Amino acid sequence: MNISLNITETIQEWLIGMMPEGAASIVAMVAVALIYLIIFAVAGLYLVLLERRVAAWFQLRIGPNRVGPLGLLQTMADALKLVSKELTGTIKADKFLYNLAPYFVIVSSLMALAVFPFTKEFQAFDINIGIFFLIAISSVGVIGILLGGWSSNNKFALIGAMRSGVQTISYELSVGLSLLTMVVITGSLQLSEIVEVQKQGWLILQGHVPAIIAFMVYMIAGTAETNRAPFDMVEAESELGAGFHTEYSGMKFAYFFLAEFINMFIIAAVATTVFFGAWLSPFGITESIPWLGAFWFLGKTLVLVFLMMWFRWTFPRLRVDQLLTLEWKYLLPINLVNLVIMAIIVWLNLTIKF
Amino acid sequence: MSYFSNIYNGIKTLLTGMSVTGKYFLTSRKGAITQQYPDNRDTLKMFERFRGEVVMPHDENNEHQCTGCQKCELACPNGSIEIIWDRGIDETTGKKKKFIDKHIYHLGLCTMCGLCIEACPTDAIVWAPNFENSTYDRTQLTKVLNRPDSKVKAGIED
Amino acid sequence: METTVVKSNFKSEEYFINMGPQHPATHGVLRLLLTIDGEIIKRVEPDLGYIHRSIEKMCERDSYQQIVHLTDRMDYLSSHINNEAVCLTVENALQLEMPERVKVIRTILSELTRIASHTLWWGVMGMDVGALTTYFYGFRDRELINDIFEETCGARLTMNYNIPGGLMFDIHPNFVKRTKDFITHFKTKLPEYDTLLTGNVIFQKRTKGVGILTKEDAISFGASGPVGRASGYSCDVRKHHPYSAYDRVTFNEALKTEGDTFARYQVRIQEMWESISIIEQLIDNIPEGDVQVATNAVIKLPKGEYYQKVETARGELGVYVISTGTKNPYRVKFRSPGFSNLSLLNHIAVGGKIGDLVASMATLDLVIPDIDR
Repeated sequence: MNISLNITETIQEWLIGMMPEGAASIVAMVAVALIYLIIFAVAGLYLVLLERRVAAWFQLRIGPNRVGPLGLLQTMADALKLVSKELTGTIKADKFLYNLAPYFVIVSSLMALAVFPFTKEFQAFDINIGIFFLIAISSVGVIGILLGGWSSNNKFALIGAMRSGVQTISYELSVGLSLLTMVVITGSLQLSEIVEVQKQGWLILQGHVPAIIAFMVYMIAGTAETNRAPFDMVEAESELGAGFHTEYSGMKFAYFFLAEFINMFIIAAVATTVFFGAWLSPFGITESIPWLGAFWFLGKTLVLVFLMMWFRWTFPRLRVDQLLTLEWKYLLPINLVNLVIMAIIVWLNLTIKF
Repeated sequence: MSYFSNIYNGIKTLLTGMSVTGKYFLTSRKGAITQQYPDNRDTLKMFERFRGEVVMPHDENNEHQCTGCQKCELACPNGSIEIIWDRGIDETTGKKKKFIDKHIYHLGLCTMCGLCIEACPTDAIVWAPNFENSTYDRTQLTKVLNRPDSKVKAGIED
Repeated sequence: METTVVKSNFKSEEYFINMGPQHPATHGVLRLLLTIDGEIIKRVEPDLGYIHRSIEKMCERDSYQQIVHLTDRMDYLSSHINNEAVCLTVENALQLEMPERVKVIRTILSELTRIASHTLWWGVMGMDVGALTTYFYGFRDRELINDIFEETCGARLTMNYNIPGGLMFDIHPNFVKRTKDFITHFKTKLPEYDTLLTGNVIFQKRTKGVGILTKEDAISFGASGPVGRASGYSCDVRKHHPYSAYDRVTFNEALKTEGDTFARYQVRIQEMWESISIIEQLIDNIPEGDVQVATNAVIKLPKGEYYQKVETARGELGVYVISTGTKNPYRVKFRSPGFSNLSLLNHIAVGGKIGDLVASMATLDLVIPDIDR
């Protein structure tokens, strides 16, 4: 049987037997979108639970352990509560933008999920500009935050939103440049090809020193990109209360909340794909069982997610000007030099290949 | 050069901080400081001096030690204690004597300062370690400490 | 409802924002009227009175024994030291000499209170600059002190263990052992505070050179406690006007000259070490003896004015009593450290960012009931 490269085609081929081709492709798209939506809404909820558990263990607590066995249904109950809550708002809020903002955030983060190669086959959308698409999509989310902060008619929310704008614009440079450093090795933006290249060794090994620097820069910038501590200027609770989502309640708040965790997953997943060989197992030990790729992908991603949680529960928050100092005086110059070094290494063929 | 040493030192201090939290992450399962309160009701033991509420101990003959001297009422800064008293004839000596009708304690007003218990000359009232005092109706916070038909223990004088 | 109007003339680009009365960084119901230009603070105007309970007026109603328990509710984090201040005032007025045992026990408990207050402050300080985990580590150690208090005094926060004329009852038999256990435990945990937060590069960037208070300003604003000492103003009441057993222990006054947020932080960490050393000097040889001196059931102070100051965890607490010879004081005034320390907030916060304001306010260690009373 001819296994196609991505999941959309697999479903489409199966549907073509039942209906005309045009309808089949539309039905396939909707089906895939629904599958992704359900999987990642639930995955996002469990990321929240994971965060709460990890935080508890860092802080010598027990964490949620009441709802369901071992507290596994806690976030389900929370989501249920948020769905059933009243949607409040401020009187002089710009109602249209206020209602629009959460969808910007959640849609952009869900869209980014489409391109990840969870296994060789399980990839909804293998676009040839994969990395570029990811960077572009991830910067759409900030529009939602800006709109939410602006339209809430709340000064705390506005300060939070403005900080977010400043922060995301700055740190996108570092995210983009550190990924570009790795693209120099792969020579392709397509995620499936980036994974192919890594069959000769994960890129963090192939690119050795500059790749490790790029990875560190990427993790710092990625944490900042998701507005998580120590870069949580946007919702610095001791300064701004809840920041940009101060005035949101119920499901709209839940969208922001879920998007934050899905974004964290995305940042970790990009790092997994670009630096740690996506679904490739270490030394190819499970190459004969393709579906285990998903296990390796999620495993690597969760390790990186844990790293980000570790950051969050250890470090104090930066001040907004120090945030910009870090980006423009440290990360950006390092990144540019690193890019040149990487280019030289690739030119001289100094990369390590197995 | 200080540019690079700054970066080095910065990363070093960040990693030492992470090692502290990391250590607790690995050991916290047995060292969690959370008290699982409603679950550990059976094993939870308050310290013996814990100030939960004021009670008046009675012995098996339904006798307490309160002579109705009202020193606790005077010592209380918040007026949490009210004593309704009367005079009667002591059965053994035949003399006139003061005895309490009701020793009323307003738990809702009490600040747990302990001055009443400090003032009591006959140790008639003591602290009880009961801290689960919440009620749905605040009238339930007004308690009568002496039991119905209780008497003063013989020989208790202030 | 009457609202407070900011009277300053706004320049263009400036706006004002209500920080509080319900805000995570004000640790209570303090309302700060901030005039901000973007992120930069132009003016801070504290608005007080949200938790005013007229404790000073209530004192005029109460007898001297009853006053003590009200001071628990002022600066609830150093309630034992507040109690001690009132008791010392009354005892000095009556010219009662306390037994050695009382003095030593009071000193040990005061220093435990100071450690408890500073560990809580450390946790909250970390939380204010964004490191939430410190909060739980600080509380873990504070809980052990609270257990000591609970076993001996019966209460964890509002102890009311001092009475004019001594202590309400003797210490619990387990007290010495528990305190020693705590000291050994805390000596291993206090260096961890440094590795987790003090050395952290982000924390140092956040605090060094932020909220600078010069020595002259510290004196003119009436700053006391760690806030004054971080600016080089030697103002430790325990050192300059020793009370209880402080004259027989050796300890260093934690002094810094930088006067910034980081110096205030370091002074408090240093004070915890000093407190440990004070407790260690006293805990092994608590003298035997009575814990109470006989006083009249109704204490009447001789006609006159009496003042006693003590060093609480926040600074100098003064108790000023005017007596007309009756069983109630004619007037009581508490000089609370928090009020003076709050007054300099505008001075040190102007020109900084919102984050700086929060960090400097954390090192002022404000307890709002202490300010409002």
